[in-house]
Amino acid sequence: MPKSYADLLKEARSQIREVSPQEVDSLAPGAAVVVDVREASEWEQGYLPGASHVSKSYIEQQIEGVAPDRSAQVILYCAGGVRSLFAAQTLTDMGYTDVASMSGGFQAWKSAGLPFETPVVLSAEQKQRYSRHLLIPEVGSAGQAKLLGSRALLIGAGGLGSPAALYLAAAGVGTIGLVDFDVVDVSNLQRQIIHTTDRVGERKVESARRSINALNPEVKVVEHEEMLVASNVERIIAGYDVILDGTDTFETRYILNDAAVAAGIPVVHASVFRFEGQLTTFVPYEGPCYRCLYPTPPPPELAPGCSVAGVLGVVPGILGLLQANEGLKVLLGIGNTLSGRLLLFDALETEFTELKLRRDPECPVCSDAAVAAREAGHPITVDSVGNDVPFAMTMSGLAGVVSPEARA
Amino acid sequence: MTTVFIPAVLRPNVGGAKSLELDGSSIRAVVDALVEQHPSLGGQLLTEDGDLNRFVNVYVNGQDVRYLEGLETKVSASDEVRLLPAMAGG
Repeated sequence: MPKSYADLLKEARSQIREVSPQEVDSLAPGAAVVVDVREASEWEQGYLPGASHVSKSYIEQQIEGVAPDRSAQVILYCAGGVRSLFAAQTLTDMGYTDVASMSGGFQAWKSAGLPFETPVVLSAEQKQRYSRHLLIPEVGSAGQAKLLGSRALLIGAGGLGSPAALYLAAAGVGTIGLVDFDVVDVSNLQRQIIHTTDRVGERKVESARRSINALNPEVKVVEHEEMLVASNVERIIAGYDVILDGTDTFETRYILNDAAVAAGIPVVHASVFRFEGQLTTFVPYEGPCYRCLYPTPPPPELAPGCSVAGVLGVVPGILGLLQANEGLKVLLGIGNTLSGRLLLFDALETEFTELKLRRDPECPVCSDAAVAAREAGHPITVDSVGNDVPFAMTMSGLAGVVSPEARA
Repeated sequence: MTTVFIPAVLRPNVGGAKSLELDGSSIRAVVDALVEQHPSLGGQLLTEDGDLNRFVNVYVNGQDVRYLEGLETKVSASDEVRLLPAMAGG
């Protein structure tokens, strides 16, 4: 016998447990999988904190992705509490044993003055441009929005900085700062692919900005046309979320390390020599810093730069891209970085080797004693390359939220 | 024989070899054997007092010997020793 809408609704109400918005609000975090079954356009207007979105029309196909455990408590809601009742019947048919529908839906939730979140809505152009990111669950529109609001600083727009800057720009990192005081030389073009032959003689930051904006006009490029030194490093790095170190002098690397540790900003480090490269991510206080790895710099004759020793062009290309990968993970808060691991690359053998790094309990920059000394206003003075400038403990960076453990 | 990997920057000192097989039951013995065969490495690896220079890291099977027993760290025939100086190129 045919059933009317009223019959169906009555039937659903008799089968499905209903919970009030207040009851849902009082649940401990993680006590239930909360699923919003409205259409995408409704979800974009706001949703319950922590809820997942599976529109009712896809519930059979997608529910297992957000609620793989059929015995877990699942609470569905829609706008007014009707669609979620019918969707809950479907889940019951699928074998879910603890399904409830939130009565009154999102409207009742909002009227009760309960908190809700509004997703960042990407423009139609952004949805197209970043569509391959949006398809990845670990990135999605929330992750893409995070990238668009992120700031990455590249020290050096050279061999390492070229591929890193282009890929970070392509990925939609909203602000890219470039520190370089040099001009484009024809001998750079064997590897520094962000520059072009017709820009020889042009300032590197300007040339890089043009390439970045040709690829992605949405990226804001901040040109720092100066040499990174102890007296300007704090000003230059302030406000950046992650730093990619691609300089070619030890002095700059140590100065950057010391200031970034004080500011709590992760530094993705790479260096290259002929056919080889080294890469790691220094996350202040979670893993070692550059001085834990190399307490003092080698004498110049033992550490020639690319201009003296030469380098196979693809080596900084490969290492620079790995830096970009580390940078994106830091910004998105996904995966595991190379914090505490040093990756060696040998292009001649096509060989990657991983070494374990540790924090030096005696480190003059990142040890507990060094932090305490800096906080007390009497920083430990370091040495030969170094600097005696006491970098202030601003701790404004992402340190502390980078490792999966810290984010959990 | 312990395998010692020589970084590119030090290969000119050992006739271009990427790795060498050396005898010795500790890092100190292996490094001494290395320096004996290739005396020009001495000043680059060791301080005047015979300690490792702080800008050269030594790893045994991926672990920094500074956090093991330094130069006294024991090694056996199957171990891989890696010398790793800092590099700055960008």
